Amino acid sequence: MLERIEQAKKTVHSACEKVGRPIQIMEVCGTHTVSIFRHGIRTLLPDNLKLLSGPGCPVCVTDQGYIDVVMDLARRDDTIIATYGDMIRVPGKGGSLESLHRDNVKVVLSTDDGLALAKKHPDKTVVFVAVGFETTTPASAVAVADAASEGVENFCILSGHKLVVPAMQALLGSKNDKIDAFLCPGHVSVILGSDAYKPVVEEFKRPCVVAGFEGIQILEGLAKICAQIAAGRAEIDSVYGAAVTPEGNKVAWKIITDTFEPCNGAWRGLGVIPGATMRLKDKYKQFDALHRFGIKEVPTEEPAGCQCGQILCGLMDPPQCGLFGEKCTPDTPVGPCMVSTEGACSAWYKYGK
Amino acid sequence: MDEQKKIMLAHGGGGRLMGDLIARMIVPKFGDGQSVQLTDSAVIDVPADKICFTTDSFVVQPLFFNGGDIGKLSVCGTVNDLAVAGAKPIALSLSLILEEGLEMAVLEKILQSIADTAKAANVDIVTGDTKVVEAGSADGVFINTSGVGALMDDVDLSFTRIKPGDAILVNGTLGDHGMTIMSQREGLKFDTPLKSDCACLGELTQMLCENCGGGAVRFMRDPTRGGLAATLNEVAKSSGVNVELTETALPVDKTVQTAADMLGFDLLNIANEGKVLAVVDAAVANKAIEAWRSHPLGENAAVIGHIMDADDSPLVELITKIGGRRIVQTPYGRELPRIC
Repeated sequence: MLERIEQAKKTVHSACEKVGRPIQIMEVCGTHTVSIFRHGIRTLLPDNLKLLSGPGCPVCVTDQGYIDVVMDLARRDDTIIATYGDMIRVPGKGGSLESLHRDNVKVVLSTDDGLALAKKHPDKTVVFVAVGFETTTPASAVAVADAASEGVENFCILSGHKLVVPAMQALLGSKNDKIDAFLCPGHVSVILGSDAYKPVVEEFKRPCVVAGFEGIQILEGLAKICAQIAAGRAEIDSVYGAAVTPEGNKVAWKIITDTFEPCNGAWRGLGVIPGATMRLKDKYKQFDALHRFGIKEVPTEEPAGCQCGQILCGLMDPPQCGLFGEKCTPDTPVGPCMVSTEGACSAWYKYGK
Repeated sequence: MDEQKKIMLAHGGGGRLMGDLIARMIVPKFGDGQSVQLTDSAVIDVPADKICFTTDSFVVQPLFFNGGDIGKLSVCGTVNDLAVAGAKPIALSLSLILEEGLEMAVLEKILQSIADTAKAANVDIVTGDTKVVEAGSADGVFINTSGVGALMDDVDLSFTRIKPGDAILVNGTLGDHGMTIMSQREGLKFDTPLKSDCACLGELTQMLCENCGGGAVRFMRDPTRGGLAATLNEVAKSSGVNVELTETALPVDKTVQTAADMLGFDLLNIANEGKVLAVVDAAVANKAIEAWRSHPLGENAAVIGHIMDADDSPLVELITKIGGRRIVQTPYGRELPRIC
């Protein structure tokens, strides 16, 4: 282990020295962001290597308009809102789910729990707050398929599911072309397969290396990226070999594509990205909360002064935001990057000086 | 009748029903009733110049969890507050707030647990109180215990005695209680079920002071809510020192670590109920660990870090497994299970 650590550190330092200029690597995934802090990885890197936190925390990229729709649904007397824990504190225009203090807001750990709530409360409509990337989308898909086959008509989802690769392309295409390479998410890549990053490598010539979440894996992932940059290469690679294959989990992907289809949807900070949000296919329309409650449009709006968008694009570090640590803290979050434990602002606040 | 199997408001009404509850169910549990004086105040012999006095309230859900229950917790919590202050626990009070409708069998089980725990910790329950509130006004049972203990000779514990170079010890694995409660609440199941570390620490604290000499022990604390992170940040701020922890030295249970990783929690922030953190003169650290490891509650005892000089503002730092450094902050409130 110690040898692997030393070897990876040596590779990073010698590659960065060879390159000379500043290098910026974006870790796409929120779990990587936290892990980088938890393992103190920045303290091991050369001065000219900067890590940027990307748009890979599901809570953080969820648009405020989506939260407002959830809030409206939560204020009804005929609904139960089933949500993953870290969504309840994300503020919309009129506060957060937590601040509503309503007992129809239930924190669940899985879509199964959401479905169970629907069966237990046949007189209410359970709305599952379906956010997340390719990792959580299969679970939503299974729940919808189960609800359909079991005839659980009082269950529906509000899909905010998103796709990682189109967001990476959008970032490089229009927001931040100063990103030199991507440290690609471990869990998402288990589903997607590492070949999914081909467009980023081929079209934008940026190295894409998949890593797991242990400190050593992240360090070795960074070493592979730095070595590629120093050699002028841009390739797909992985240091998460045990879990990630080039083609991914075909079963999970089939479940996703049987149930969902890509559409244009708003990402916080990145705006509307073509084909990067997932909606339920027409055959499952009755399980779509938008259809069920006749919601025509999800508004897009961002809170004043909040720089989460800039931060998610790697254009700004959290401490550079005027609200950071003053008006915006984990106790009183303004933007979603401060709410989720995986959010860049929360991680900087928790582990920074 | 069914009603007699459950707590009714009249059980707290000061009449015959309440008298029966106290005389038949509560008093006989404690020292065959000998130590309980049914007067307004208990009179106790205190074999010391200085006594320590503390109080704590217990509102845990679920009432019964793997490794303990609210009754055991209510004795251990107060005994531990005395123990880490350098006192030998002498006597506890026991106040019960019962919710109307509580099953008598549940109360019986909790009282038995209180009695067993107190007996094992060699402390008497000498006085108490019982109230009953309407259904919905409490969550089954709330318990308050207060305790007095005799301060051990030659023991002088305070933040001001902590010095750079001192060693930081803990008697075992971190976060077991908090993760057990959370996994039971969240319905997480593991092949090896998580078990709370809920235990009375009096023997360990006495052992430490007796083996190392009271003067070599600078400070002790039971890191409950907020975990080790909260306690060590208090040490850093109150003593004006830096704390340096070594991640590879932190004792953790593998299953507990897995549960924490799944939910996105840091075990340094999670509650313990059977752990003592001690800051001691580094010269006695190995001796202390050796002594603790001979006790069932100290099998995984370890030196987890040291006290250092503070540069400007005192802080707690962790040297990570891969040799990086990071800051450990005071946790700031409710932790939320993450999405993925």
